[in-house]
Amino acid sequence: MKRYRRIGSPSIQPSEITPEPIYRNRRRFMQAALSMTALPVLGFSSQAGATDYDIAGDLPIYEGPSWLQPKLASAVHNPGYSTEEKLAPYYDAITHNNFYEFGTDKRDPVRHAQGLITDPWQVEISGAVAKPGQYHLEDILAPHALEDRIYRLRCVEAWSMVIPWLGFPLADLIKRFEPTSKAKYVHFTTLEDKEQMPGQSNLFGTITWPYVEGLRIDEAMNPLALLVVGMYGNALPPQNGAPLRLVVPWKYGFKSIKSIVRIHFSETMPQTSWNHIAPDEYGFYANVNPAVDHPRWSQATERRLPSSLFSPNIIDTLPFNGYAEEVADLYKGMDLKQWF
Amino acid sequence: MSALQRKGWIRWSVFLLLLLPLILLIQRLLNGDLGADPAKFIVKELGYWSLCWLWLTLSVTPARIYLGWRWLTSYRRMFGLFAFFYAVLHLLAFATFLLGWRWDSLITELTKRPYIIVGSLALLCMLPLAITSTKGMQRKLGKDWKRLHSLIYPISILVMLHYTLQIRSDFSQQLIFAVLLVVLLGCRIYRKRRP
Ligand code: HEM
Repeated sequence: MKRYRRIGSPSIQPSEITPEPIYRNRRRFMQAALSMTALPVLGFSSQAGATDYDIAGDLPIYEGPSWLQPKLASAVHNPGYSTEEKLAPYYDAITHNNFYEFGTDKRDPVRHAQGLITDPWQVEISGAVAKPGQYHLEDILAPHALEDRIYRLRCVEAWSMVIPWLGFPLADLIKRFEPTSKAKYVHFTTLEDKEQMPGQSNLFGTITWPYVEGLRIDEAMNPLALLVVGMYGNALPPQNGAPLRLVVPWKYGFKSIKSIVRIHFSETMPQTSWNHIAPDEYGFYANVNPAVDHPRWSQATERRLPSSLFSPNIIDTLPFNGYAEEVADLYKGMDLKQWF
Repeated sequence: MSALQRKGWIRWSVFLLLLLPLILLIQRLLNGDLGADPAKFIVKELGYWSLCWLWLTLSVTPARIYLGWRWLTSYRRMFGLFAFFYAVLHLLAFATFLLGWRWDSLITELTKRPYIIVGSLALLCMLPLAITSTKGMQRKLGKDWKRLHSLIYPISILVMLHYTLQIRSDFSQQLIFAVLLVVLLGCRIYRKRRP
C-alpha cells in the first residue's frame, strides 16, 4: 500500500539496481563503431555484425547465465528489422517499466525485480503440439541464433520507446514443436511466484495472476514476432522480462508478455489478462491503432520517451505502430474498430 | 518573541510546508530526476497534492469539533487556496507538458473523457471559492458565503470520482482516500442528524 516515490525518495542508485553490479565501459566499442561510419551509407554497413550499444559506464549490465553469453556475443544485427529513429537511452529502458508483478509504478520493477531468479528457468510447451514437455530455457534456445533488431515499443498508455532487442523469431520456435491442425491460438503465461513477485500479493488490484497473453497462430508466425532474451547487446534485465519475453511491436506493449514460463497451443482464444478485467478498454488484438482511442485517453499521438518538459516529443501514432506493411494482411476484412 | 510574532512564524512554516511538495518537485526536475516521462510524473504529482490539501481542508471542521483544535480554523483558507493552486498547476502541466497546447487535443480531452470532465468540473467549482476566499468577501456575502462554500462537498466527491475513474488495476490509493472522505463527510452528516 506504499505510495511510490513520495517526497524525498532519491533517484535510484546503480547499486540499488543489482546486488553485485558489473560495471563495464562500452564507450570504446562505440568509438570503433563510429569510425566505421565513413563507409558508404548502405543503411546497415556500419552496424552489421555489431551489437554494441552506448551504455553509460556507471549503469549495471546484465550478463545473463554463462551458457547464454556466447549466444549473446554472436548475435548479428538484422538491418531488415531496424530503424533509424533515436534509441531510448539504456537507463530509461531499464528504469521505466510496466511489470505489475513487481508493482504498478514505473520505477517499481527496477526496485523490486533484482532478486528474480532467472536461471535455471523452465518453459512448458503444451497443448496442440507434437512435442509437448517441460524444457530448460537453454534447450529451448539451443538451435536458434540470436538477432539484434531495433523495434518501436508503443505502450497502450500513449508513450513509446525505440529499443534494440536480442532474440529470434517466434515462428522458428513454433515450427520446432510442431503444432497440430488444432493449434489456432498461442497462449503465453508469466511466472507466478508471490515470493519473488511482490505485486502478486497486492490485495487491492484487479489483475488475476498469472498474467496471460496470446496471439492468433498466424500472428505468432509473422516474422516480426520475436522471442527475446536480451537488449542493448546484453541479457535482459529482470525488470524487462528476463529471461524470456515476447516482443510483438505492432501491438500495444502489454501484449509483449514478460518472464514466460508456459507456451500453450489451443483451438480457442485465450482469456488474456487485461482483456479479462477491462474488455471495453483492452481488446484481444490490441493492434496499435491511432483511429481507435482508449476510452480514457487518445491513441492518436504518443510521447516518444525520453521526453523533456518543453519538447514533450509528441509524435503521431502510426497504424500498427508503423509495421502495417508487414502485418496489415493478417487483418484483411476485419473491422479494426470492432476488433480493437 | 511576542505572541503575535510567534503566530506569524507558525503561519510561515505552514505555508512552506504546503509549498514543500512543489519545491521538491522542482528540485527533482532540476536534477533531471523525474524519470523518462517527466510530463506524466509532474501532472500526477500535482494532482495528488491538490487532493491531499483538499482533504486537509475538509478535516479542519471535524478536527475542531472532535479534537477541539480550534486554532486550525485560521489555516483553513490557506489549505483551500493551496488545493486550488496545485489544481491549477495540475491543469497547466497537463495542457502544457502532456498536450503541448494542441487545442484540438485539449478540446477532445475536456469534452470526451469522463474522468477529465469530472476533474474540470471540480476545478471550475473551486474557482468561485478561491475568488471569494478573502475576509472582505466573507463579510460581504454574509450568510451566502457559507452556502457558497459548501460547494466543497460536491467538489470533493467529483475529485474522488476523477481519481477513481483512473484506476487501471491497483486501487489501493483510491481506497485510502475514499475511506478518509467517507469519514470526513460522514461525521458532518452524523452531527447534523443528532438533535
Ligand atoms: C481541468 C481539470 C483537470 C484535468 C484536465 C485533470 C487531468 C488529469 C490527468 C491527465 C491526470 C493523469 C492521469 C493519468 O495517470 O494518465 C490526472 C490525475 C490526477 N488528478 Fe487531475 N485533472 C483535473 C483536475 C483535478 C483536480 C481539481 C484535482 C484535485 C483536487 C485532481 C486530482 C488528480 C489526482 C489525485 C490525480 C492522480 C494522481 C496520481 O495518480 O497519483 N485533478 N488529472
